[in-house]
Amino acid sequence: MFKKLAVALAATLCAGVAVAAVAETLTGAGATFPQPVYQKWAEAYKATGTGINYQGIGSGGGIKQIEAGTVDFGASDKPLHGSDLTANGLYQFPTVIGGIVPAVNIPGVGNEQLKLTGPVLAEIYLGNIKVWNDSRIARLNPGLRLPAIPITTVHRSDGSGTNFLFTSYLSGLSPQFAHTVGASDSVQWPGGLGGKGNPGVAAFVQKTVGSIGYVEYIYARANHIPATLVASRQGTYPKPTAANFAAAAAGANWAGSDHNFVLLLNQPGANSWPITGATFILVHKNQTNAATCRAVLKFFDWAYKNGDGAAAQLDYVPLPLALKNQVRHQWTTEVHAGGRPCFP
Amino acid sequence: MTIETTQTPEPARMSRRIPMGAAFNPIFRWVCASAATLLLASLGWVMVSLFIGGLPAFRKFGFSFITNVTWNPVTEVYGGAGPIVGTLITAALSLAFALPVAIGIAVFLVEFCPRRIARPIAVVVELLAGIPSIVYGMWGLFVFAPFFAKYVQLPLMLSIPPDSWLGKFTQGVPNGANIFTASVILAIMILPYMAAVFRELFLTVPPHLRESSFALGATPLETITKVVMPFVSRGSIGVIMLGLGRALGETMAVTFVIGNTHAFPKSLFDSGSTIASTIANEFAEATGAMHTSALLALGFVLFVITFTVLAIARGLLSSQRYQ
Amino acid sequence: MFSRVARRKFYNTVFVGFCVLATVVAIGALTLILWSLLHKGLAGVDANLFLADTKSSCQGDSSCAPGGLRNAFIGSAMMLAIAMFIALAVGILAGTWLSEFGGETPYGHAIRFLNDVLLSAPSILIGVAVWELLVVPFHGYSAMAGAVALAFLAAPVVTRTTEDILAMQSSALREAGSALGTPQWIVVRKIVWKAAGGGLLTGGLLAFARISGETAPLLFTSLGNNLFSLDPFAPIASLPKVIYDNALSPYDDLVQIAWAGALVIAVVVLAINILGRILAREPKRS
Repeated sequence: MFKKLAVALAATLCAGVAVAAVAETLTGAGATFPQPVYQKWAEAYKATGTGINYQGIGSGGGIKQIEAGTVDFGASDKPLHGSDLTANGLYQFPTVIGGIVPAVNIPGVGNEQLKLTGPVLAEIYLGNIKVWNDSRIARLNPGLRLPAIPITTVHRSDGSGTNFLFTSYLSGLSPQFAHTVGASDSVQWPGGLGGKGNPGVAAFVQKTVGSIGYVEYIYARANHIPATLVASRQGTYPKPTAANFAAAAAGANWAGSDHNFVLLLNQPGANSWPITGATFILVHKNQTNAATCRAVLKFFDWAYKNGDGAAAQLDYVPLPLALKNQVRHQWTTEVHAGGRPCFP
Repeated sequence: MTIETTQTPEPARMSRRIPMGAAFNPIFRWVCASAATLLLASLGWVMVSLFIGGLPAFRKFGFSFITNVTWNPVTEVYGGAGPIVGTLITAALSLAFALPVAIGIAVFLVEFCPRRIARPIAVVVELLAGIPSIVYGMWGLFVFAPFFAKYVQLPLMLSIPPDSWLGKFTQGVPNGANIFTASVILAIMILPYMAAVFRELFLTVPPHLRESSFALGATPLETITKVVMPFVSRGSIGVIMLGLGRALGETMAVTFVIGNTHAFPKSLFDSGSTIASTIANEFAEATGAMHTSALLALGFVLFVITFTVLAIARGLLSSQRYQ
Repeated sequence: MFSRVARRKFYNTVFVGFCVLATVVAIGALTLILWSLLHKGLAGVDANLFLADTKSSCQGDSSCAPGGLRNAFIGSAMMLAIAMFIALAVGILAGTWLSEFGGETPYGHAIRFLNDVLLSAPSILIGVAVWELLVVPFHGYSAMAGAVALAFLAAPVVTRTTEDILAMQSSALREAGSALGTPQWIVVRKIVWKAAGGGLLTGGLLAFARISGETAPLLFTSLGNNLFSLDPFAPIASLPKVIYDNALSPYDDLVQIAWAGALVIAVVVLAINILGRILAREPKRS
């Protein structure tokens, strides 16, 4: 049996070496949120002769891998601060936009009926508001009959970009939340349940009466969980839709940002969905291999030009054109190989 | 009764008689020894790299790393007491569920079941070891947890007053995401391993031993407890370690159903976390140096737990054997 | 009051009843899981699953050709073959050493102890250790690194079961061989290993089953690959990673592929199990 195994193994190895390294392949890894759309782009891009292998291993993983130089590009849902980028010789740029939606399971409350504000959400997650018919919630929802059932909060158990955006949003609006919980991809929640990934949170919300959780927009829609409305900066209640995520991105000040460190939270504008975020790509500023460096930027240039339709089909929101052009311009000055710019 | 089985013949005396083939004895021995050394080296590497990785966290938090329940990546204060207790409870519970069932299955397959049915059952049981753990996780989340919440947790909560001593075990949000469910899922996962190896062990018991026991008028129960189990006692520690190992180290499946709270669980039906689930949840996204270090340190603590459990098991067994 | 005999009979009946019940409960639970697999996975099993490579979701695009799992099957098969080759070679030899030669020396105790401790290693940590050992120094992910990580997980299982099974072989066997003047290394190979064949195989199959569904150690070693690849020194797709990604995705078509893939893993483990048992029985007949 061992001999047969050994022969089979040797044959596999020989075949492997013979077929290896036919076309140029770029490897990227990181955030799981944009994985479906990067993969879609990669499939369409294969026709140009360059294969792109993108794998979702988590934003932290993407940052670690690009720092260790094991991948050609990293990806993260959480932008890095300018100082972190400089320390590791990295440059970041945004690709697509997504929104985070609080979803609830309250008897008698349908989709987009419950209205909440950031501070009230923070009070709920801090455990200060314990029942659904609390006056602070009732005041925002005069027409809605809220039952006197206890609130169970559901959060992401795995460290994630979603956690980072949601806790950053709550920290920005509630000093108490900022003080006791804080903003990070993993935090110590005062209570409640932790679900693994978006499906874990969605499943717990669906199965626990009186619960509230937060998921990426696509998951709330796919699982038909009632979404809540969250007050914008102007006090309006925009619906969680692609157009309103784009509105939040349009209003942001990218030009004046520190190395593209932009959070699209609580942006001005009556239509801006308040919990919106972009996802980012990380590359080394000074690379040794000019061909790889150029190929990575060429791929994202192609995606900016041709990828909006595919992104929209999968419920992602493309970047506004002005922002794309600004990023393209940064490529010519920020990313070099052997002392010369890789793009165009 | 115990039978000594590991006596090997004196190689030196034999080699004098047959010098030809015996020349290869040292080579074979050397090959085996180097395989064992390779194993030691590679496994040692895992532990050493973990320890070095976890050292900053051990240095910073000292003993409070295992006594503190605060696990706060924002303020960078890490104490692993919650996951450590969760790990111990889930491992002990799952072993308590799985061990009798595994022995029951193995006994049934070896002693009572017709050969023709025993084979397929054994294969089906082993097959379940190969189902990816995420499938167990999803099954636990979408099938078992809702079932458990509706038909076990809710009736129990309604019928047992929360202040009674029994209520201490059953309080919690009735949604099936708790330590008890995680233990059941773990038990189902480790069951195939334990049942398969127990069966294999029982088959090694020489038939004449068993038959002598029956001839003396012993019932099957007495034969199993007084003849078969002592014969395989050394191997059964191995099986238990195999099952315990999987239960302690399982990540994906537990993560889906345990509820993931870094606090001390208040009851059996409260959500909690384990060391492995904490690592699986946070490692891929951890960017801070201290966060990564704390997770690796937690991994090292898991090894220390296994180490202790193993040492106790060995101690119990050897005292029993030499009586 | 029962007589002594009646009491013994009663206890025995309870015991037999428990054994039957245990089997029924276990088979019941396991059938439920298998049924979920079949129920949710079978619809996704078609020729395309084996012929097409992994693809993104077809949501909202009617002209799109659905993806399959071909690259993941090939990648997993390759890594599992290499991993099992390493694990069996190291595990059986090391287990033999522990059982036949040095198991009672302090060094032997140390190895056995460490081996047992490592059985409980969370697989993600094994992945991290191999990442430091093979991925960072070579600046890239590879199928080889993935296979080594899987071998790290499988070898302790093989070692543990090998030692247990060999130690269980009756000493009369060994003594009979030695009495005929057979050198020890031939006694071990031709008599002990052969007699323990079924048990060794069970160990190997358990180790195979253990690693065939592992995702966590591959995240940081073989990474994954959407493209078809046979290069052992490049990132490669693997079934558990694809199942993991797809099962957590919001798109129904990908979730369907995840269940189909899980069903296929279970069936392959079953097939290899049966095949292994047939192969192991062959020598006895001749």
